Amino acid sequence: MSVSRYDAIVIGGGHNGLVTAAYLARAGKKVLVLERRHVLGGAAVTEEINPGFKYSVCSYVVSLLRPEIIRDLELPKHGLRILPLESTFTPLPNGDYLARWADHDHTRREIYRHSPRDADAYDDFGKLMYQLAVAVKPILAMVPPDPTSMSPKDLMGFLKLGKHFRSLGHEQFHALYKLMTMSSADYLGEWFETEALKATMSASGIIGTFLGPRSPGTAYVLLHHYMGEIDGAMRAWGFAKGGTGSISEAIASAARSHGAEIQTGARVVQVTVKNGKATGIVLDDGREYTAPVVVSALDPKRTFLELVDEEYLPEDFVSDIERFKIRGSSGKVNLSLSELPDFTCKPGVNQLHRGAISISPSIDYLERAYDEAKYGSFSSRPYMDIIIPSMIDPGMAPPGKHVMSIFVQYAPSDLRGGWDETKREKFGDAVIDTLAQYTPNLPDAILHRQVLTPWDIDRDMGLTNGNIFHGELTLHQLFCMRPAVGYSDYTTPLRNYYQAGSGTHPAGGITGASGRLAALRILADAPR
Amino acid sequence: MPVDWLPGRLRAMLRTTPFHSRTAPLSKAQNWRRWSGYLTASSYELHHDREYWAIRSSAALIDVSPLYKYGIEGPDAERFLDRVVTREVTKCKLHQVLYTPWCDADGKVMDDGTLTRLTDDSFRLTSAEPNLRWLLDNALGMDVSIRDITDDLAALALQGPTARRILHQAADAVADDLGFFRHTTGEIGGVPVEITRTGYTGDLGYEIWTERGNAEALWDGIMEAGDAHLILPAGMLALDIARVEAGLVLIGVDYVPAHRAVIEDRKSSPFELGLGWTVKLDKKSFVGRDALIAEKERGPEWKLRGLEVSWDSLEALYGLVGLPPQLPSEGWRASVPVYSGNAQIGYATSGCWSPLLKKYIALAHLQSRYASAGTDLSMEVTVEHHRKKAKVRVVETPFFNPDRKRSTPEVAR
Repeated sequence: MSVSRYDAIVIGGGHNGLVTAAYLARAGKKVLVLERRHVLGGAAVTEEINPGFKYSVCSYVVSLLRPEIIRDLELPKHGLRILPLESTFTPLPNGDYLARWADHDHTRREIYRHSPRDADAYDDFGKLMYQLAVAVKPILAMVPPDPTSMSPKDLMGFLKLGKHFRSLGHEQFHALYKLMTMSSADYLGEWFETEALKATMSASGIIGTFLGPRSPGTAYVLLHHYMGEIDGAMRAWGFAKGGTGSISEAIASAARSHGAEIQTGARVVQVTVKNGKATGIVLDDGREYTAPVVVSALDPKRTFLELVDEEYLPEDFVSDIERFKIRGSSGKVNLSLSELPDFTCKPGVNQLHRGAISISPSIDYLERAYDEAKYGSFSSRPYMDIIIPSMIDPGMAPPGKHVMSIFVQYAPSDLRGGWDETKREKFGDAVIDTLAQYTPNLPDAILHRQVLTPWDIDRDMGLTNGNIFHGELTLHQLFCMRPAVGYSDYTTPLRNYYQAGSGTHPAGGITGASGRLAALRILADAPR
Repeated sequence: MPVDWLPGRLRAMLRTTPFHSRTAPLSKAQNWRRWSGYLTASSYELHHDREYWAIRSSAALIDVSPLYKYGIEGPDAERFLDRVVTREVTKCKLHQVLYTPWCDADGKVMDDGTLTRLTDDSFRLTSAEPNLRWLLDNALGMDVSIRDITDDLAALALQGPTARRILHQAADAVADDLGFFRHTTGEIGGVPVEITRTGYTGDLGYEIWTERGNAEALWDGIMEAGDAHLILPAGMLALDIARVEAGLVLIGVDYVPAHRAVIEDRKSSPFELGLGWTVKLDKKSFVGRDALIAEKERGPEWKLRGLEVSWDSLEALYGLVGLPPQLPSEGWRASVPVYSGNAQIGYATSGCWSPLLKKYIALAHLQSRYASAGTDLSMEVTVEHHRKKAKVRVVETPFFNPDRKRSTPEVAR
């Protein structure tokens, strides 16, 4: 049994854990990161499962990686390259398609082809959402204040928030109110008539949640997309060269450059507690490490219900975490291809192969896919968000060959009868069958296929129920409610134990924001 | 091939490059500009984003035919060139390429380009502006022939991390171990070519030269081999960003050629342009030597340096008007004041948002005492119609300098 002395131990080498470690190390702390798998990144990993073909196994695009993290950690110096994704392409069953491009006029003309009215509405909608995103964005960067607390810090936080909302005009305030309460289908229905446009836009509101486009509360997530637009000038979103694992690698490299120590193949089984304070961890091989600060970047269920003995946590907190909704709703299919998919509606190789491809022909289609999941089946005709990384980055596949990344929804974690290998492959078949309707050459072009259900993501990546956000992004689980009232500031009921994962505010994809805010909180608490 | 869509007057004025039959159909944006009287693509796509990223992430093919090119041959060729340029041509080996400026008698830079030693007594010199008269004047009494071969040669720049693999396939591996600033010959698309490991991007890259009549075969040969390596034709907008990141000066933008400067103040010496390393004062004699020795002794008055604009400062300035920072989507070429406190102590001449570094960067002429790396200065920015000063820091160039620019590893595939 070896005992080392660190200033902080970070459990979990996912991107948030690495961000926390990098910020702590940058501030001069001696940090140890422990990752269970052989590879860093958690859900942001690149793996060469089929030799020569690199898969961004889970998370596949970077949308909202915080620009201040890119700057503070000098990630470009550590190899981060974000390549632009040019377009969104929605093939339709009737042989037509809808495309949106980086170029405004190009997009306008395309929408005009479907509906002249929508083409105009799209511009107005874009402006309003941009304004709202500018207004809401600072909220994502703040530590959520506790509304029930009377402490000066929390009151100041709410004062700041109130002042912020007062600065919104009438139109913006009403739009924000609607966004917070409506379903994305209804909200978009007030603006647009083109089914494929509404469906493709609403899809961003349902990704990773166990809700359909007609479920109230889904409109809010539309805003997230436009927050990416603000950073659009900065190009902080797109495809990470080398796959999403390269983001984790860049952050890890930054952390190491500041002296952080990172171990892989190190599974933490328990947080040790003495006198009501976290004092270190125990690994599954019996090794123990101690440190005055222990940070978990795992999801709230694992952070509190697995790693810590219940006796050290208040009862009401435990039941809050038990009730925290973390149903998995999505799966992932990664393919190695001998040739590009040839879309019936747009034959040949074209620029649309270099952007996102969305299987979301109509709101009804998405809602039907949800209906099946609601009652315990996976969608036989699922929503899919697809990219072909080898068309963007030449290093992802051998020359002339391709990799395809398919995000698939819905695949409920609590599938009726439970998941097994047969059902997983059936799910994979449903994905390929659906796609073959749009691109008949696909099935024969497949050289290798990897199918991940929530069951696999839970087991392999350690995300409870395979929920990609460490807990559903619904309004009752955001901001000061994430993951539980009173503990949205990265602290926990257990002293010296902190949380830094995506199950804390603000969450939502590869942002690093939780990891950064957690590190800032830890540094603020640290004795000087 | 006729350029039908140009009005008659322009058609008479502008020439097309030998690659026009290939570049014109690829130009979705129809975004052209003039370059030395030729029509060249600013960008092929509506946005130059992907073309820029091709340079940094896969490979870009850039038509650089409008460069001026001179064939210099004869028993005195070496002696002649050694007299004209600042670098030591006597030390230039066979198949070596030198980057070099050349100066007038006052030691002020007239132009800069690459000089390739093709045989013992035959060289090729490129330049951005016409230099034939200057070269001929300086060749008086020497046994050397100088020909303007600009229109005889077609030239392409193949730049980016997959460039070597593309040439491996297209040119039968002749360039696999071609060193930085070296020259070789080979065949691409069935036509003879010359390949130099040179470029204007600061990345792994090559320039490929062939007889004008072979241009189309060369283009097709490279594009075909490049397809699986994500090659993309790129225009000047993408190149503009790459060359600022690489800290490479552009004539007529970052400096005024001495023989075109109407006032003395517009001229620059190599020391003032950060090209001091090219000035070999040990050479017995070359044009401008005495003036350059004197300048070196007293130290240059100006220095060309990199500037990094502080993001926090930009955010604060834009925050005052309720906007996130607005960044230039293209590289800019303008003179922008640079201050120390309230005193203007220099001017930036090129700048861009670096999509790779995620930094707003610029090249600037600074008074020497404000030019050391790490100095905090400010640069004028226009925020919602109002002139403001953003904090900037002096940094060394190149801003981006990947190992692959110079290294020669084995070709993976």
